Amino acid sequence: MYQHTRLTAGNFNFFQKFKNFDYILLVCILLLGFTSLATMYSTDGGKVLFHTKSHFTKLIVFTIMMLVISFINIKYWFSIGYISYLIVIGLLFWTYLFGITSSGSQRWINLYFINLQPSELMKIFIILCLAKYFHRMKLENVNSIYTILTSLVIILLPMGLVIVQPDLGTSLLIAVSGIAVLWFAGINHKYFIYTMMGFVISLPFIIAFLKPYQKMRVLTFLNPDRDPLGAGYQIIQSKIAVGSGGIFGKGFLKGTQSYLEFLPEKHTDFVFTLFSEEFGFVGSVFLLLIYAIIIYRIVAIGAGSRSFFAKIFCYSFGAAIFVYITINMSMVLGLLPIVGSPLPIMSYGGSSMLATMIGFGIVMSSKVHSQQSIA
Amino acid sequence: MINSSSDNVKKLNSINRRMFITGSLKFFIMIGIVSRLFFLQVKENKKYLTLSDKNRIREWKLAPVRGEFHDYFGNIIAGNFEAYQLHVIPEQVEDFRYVIYRVKDLLELSDKEFKKVLKKKNEIKPWETLIVSDNLSWKKFSKINNHLYDLNGVKPVISISRNYPYKENFTHLLGYVSQANQNDIENTEAIKKNFVPGLKVGKVGLEKSFEEKLLGTNDIERYEVNAYGRRISQLEFQKGEKGKNLRLTIDSEVQKLVNELLKDKAGSICVMDIYTGEIVAMHSSPSFDPNLFVFGISKDDWQLIRNDPLKPLVNKTLQGNYSPGSTIKPIVALSALEHGIINTNFTVKCTGKTEMYGQTYHCWKKKGHGFVSMRNAMKQSCDTYFYEISRRLGVDKLSVTAKKFGLGEKVFGNLFDIEKKGLVPNTQWKKNALGKGWLLGETMITGIGQGYIQTTPIQLCLMTAQIANGGYKIYPKILADDETKQQIGKFEQLYENPKNIKIVQDAMFGSTNEVMGTSYRSRIDNPKYQFAGKTGTAQVKKITEQERELDLKTFEIPYEQRDHALYVAFGPYKRPRYALSVIIEHGGNGSTTAAPMAKKLFKLIIDRHSIRQSMNDKKYLEI
Repeated sequence: MYQHTRLTAGNFNFFQKFKNFDYILLVCILLLGFTSLATMYSTDGGKVLFHTKSHFTKLIVFTIMMLVISFINIKYWFSIGYISYLIVIGLLFWTYLFGITSSGSQRWINLYFINLQPSELMKIFIILCLAKYFHRMKLENVNSIYTILTSLVIILLPMGLVIVQPDLGTSLLIAVSGIAVLWFAGINHKYFIYTMMGFVISLPFIIAFLKPYQKMRVLTFLNPDRDPLGAGYQIIQSKIAVGSGGIFGKGFLKGTQSYLEFLPEKHTDFVFTLFSEEFGFVGSVFLLLIYAIIIYRIVAIGAGSRSFFAKIFCYSFGAAIFVYITINMSMVLGLLPIVGSPLPIMSYGGSSMLATMIGFGIVMSSKVHSQQSIA
Repeated sequence: MINSSSDNVKKLNSINRRMFITGSLKFFIMIGIVSRLFFLQVKENKKYLTLSDKNRIREWKLAPVRGEFHDYFGNIIAGNFEAYQLHVIPEQVEDFRYVIYRVKDLLELSDKEFKKVLKKKNEIKPWETLIVSDNLSWKKFSKINNHLYDLNGVKPVISISRNYPYKENFTHLLGYVSQANQNDIENTEAIKKNFVPGLKVGKVGLEKSFEEKLLGTNDIERYEVNAYGRRISQLEFQKGEKGKNLRLTIDSEVQKLVNELLKDKAGSICVMDIYTGEIVAMHSSPSFDPNLFVFGISKDDWQLIRNDPLKPLVNKTLQGNYSPGSTIKPIVALSALEHGIINTNFTVKCTGKTEMYGQTYHCWKKKGHGFVSMRNAMKQSCDTYFYEISRRLGVDKLSVTAKKFGLGEKVFGNLFDIEKKGLVPNTQWKKNALGKGWLLGETMITGIGQGYIQTTPIQLCLMTAQIANGGYKIYPKILADDETKQQIGKFEQLYENPKNIKIVQDAMFGSTNEVMGTSYRSRIDNPKYQFAGKTGTAQVKKITEQERELDLKTFEIPYEQRDHALYVAFGPYKRPRYALSVIIEHGGNGSTTAAPMAKKLFKLIIDRHSIRQSMNDKKYLEI
């Protein structure tokens, strides 16, 4: 009988779906949202100003959207895997042709109510697309030249479109998302090792092709003190902010580094710095713990899903989110050169939050419809 | 189907294996990030906290309050006054153009001054203070205050600045203050440490000599600033220490009289206590108003001072190298007595001139003095007598005595960097400096204080003081509470035989108080004020035979060629206490120009003696 209900899972009613929710994940996401809101309030200098309001609105809208997504059957998300990828590719083309230029790069398209950054959406939809691509593939076919070439094209096309914006950081993150799927789909680990080696060998050539400001970033990362008021300023100030936070932090709204405007980009990429300055080591570890639980739940949902599509999506999305977090934190802690990469949910920015929330929604949908098998 | 399900199992195994690999990788990376956080926030916390404070806290130093100069009786001779200033912080002004033009009208600024202000405004950051005017009159200051409602962002400020209430009276002694320049900062540690823009420091005189004591330390304001350097809030105010007040040995009343006496003349007077070495008055004329320099002197004023032919910028008391003329005679006589060349009975016949080594040496009196003893020679300042005894004495022995009494050496040591040493020549010196042998004729003119010998007025004063006190070494001093050198009751004697000093003192008494004495007309008969002295008339050029024949009166000679008039004296004669020296450049004749000044001075000095004494007693009572 039990088996029977499982098989008829497609006919869940609303309350059963509700019961199937992963509440731990939901609570963690809400907690993260609340934390980000408080931090945004602090970046506004302890007042409810533009960033706080806007972040709050987006948080509400996108959380509701996430819940809606999670009620829609995972089958549906499987079915739009390719088409959604193509739509985002189209948007990237649109951006390339008619995008809005801001601070030297053409990343946004104007949708009148929101300025959308399609490259952020691509981080999710490339996973969706590749997960669908590998869903039905037999293990022995995975390592065929044809498959690898196809998936490489799927990854390189958006990367190229994003690099020309120019936005190296996001294109690398898109690559990371795609490679995560390839990894979980079972592509031979040798390829990964070869690619890695090839990358290391070609590193000097890559550096030769970098734009001057990108080269500067790398050099600055290696030695921030070589130009402490120019290129090294961000990383030095960021480290000072984090370091001066101490164990318990300077207290909410009392972060002098951010309050006195020493911190650059405190709303977006460097938002963790401000949080860490005000809440200290304890707060930072707490935030990391929330992220860890979220990633753990995503992976656990993937493990509990029946379809490969859901599994691949959850594992890859978990890995991708993890990489985003790691890269962002390593950057602000001075472990990596500065590349533009937002901290999921925490950073101000609609497209990034939209993409992340869509991801969470699909993960939640795989939980709700975990017994759904996809033909 | 079975095939496919076995493939599914394989796929499942693969994906799960990789999930575990990824999971453990994530775990280690997470640990890496946490340890990085731990390293920055816990281990290196102190370092970054310091850096963060350095970031956000900035210090502003305020100019220290300068110590004052007091005279012996505690009157302020260099003090501080409240300067009325006008500050504007451009950023806080809504309409800068309107406000600045309004201020221009109110203060009646000239176009030149106004342009200067606008230039300054462009050089500073908008949140920094723009000093529109640094020393406003009370009238303008109150005018601004009355219009403040209309002048948003304008701040009337009262700031503390140097003031010399006696104006030109103490200029050469005290010097003056002005804005510190690069040299001042580099050469003086205290200035470097306490430097703020606009800091005023001593440029010459005691203001410079005692810079370290006078300067004081900064008030320090600590502000929290943002990344652009704007002040957010004041965190701390650390009060600095005012510079030390210095009490001088100077008596302002005497100094004032000295100023009056020297008015419109070029010259110098100094008065010294012969036992303590305290300088009671010291002045070089002409002088100038040091207040002009405090806020930067105007070009016109500067040109006026610089181009004055009487050279107000030279401190003649310390820097003036003069031939001592006949004022050297007490030392020549003393030297001859001490070396046993002469005794009181030794006489020389003066015929008005004497031929020696093919040269003619003239006495100032054409007819000659006849037979003169030492006492008479001194009294009438007979040159022939001194030619003869210095010829017998020799310049080397003379120079020994002269140096003993403080000639040829800086009186204040290193206190004033401008002080000159003067010159006491001897044979060795001439050989070294000029490479020529000493001529006997040079000895003779040295004996009447002409030729190579050069002395500063303060040296002559010291010399006289040391003769007056019975031949004991004293160390002149200007700071009242400075007892480093002189130990009370311990005097180093400068003579061989105390009788010789008495003889010289007696001869000087004769010169002033007996008929035929060169300064007889300036005597005071009242024994309370009675003083003894020696006139001097120093030639500034060689007199030709022709001129000697003409025998011109002083006023008939062009100013630059007139003789310097000198006078040294001590009194009261019965119980000497003070010595003085007077030099009037191109004053003509010691007995007519310089000596009468001494008469006026002694009256005041001795009258003030008891007041000075009571001041001392009070000091001991307080202890």
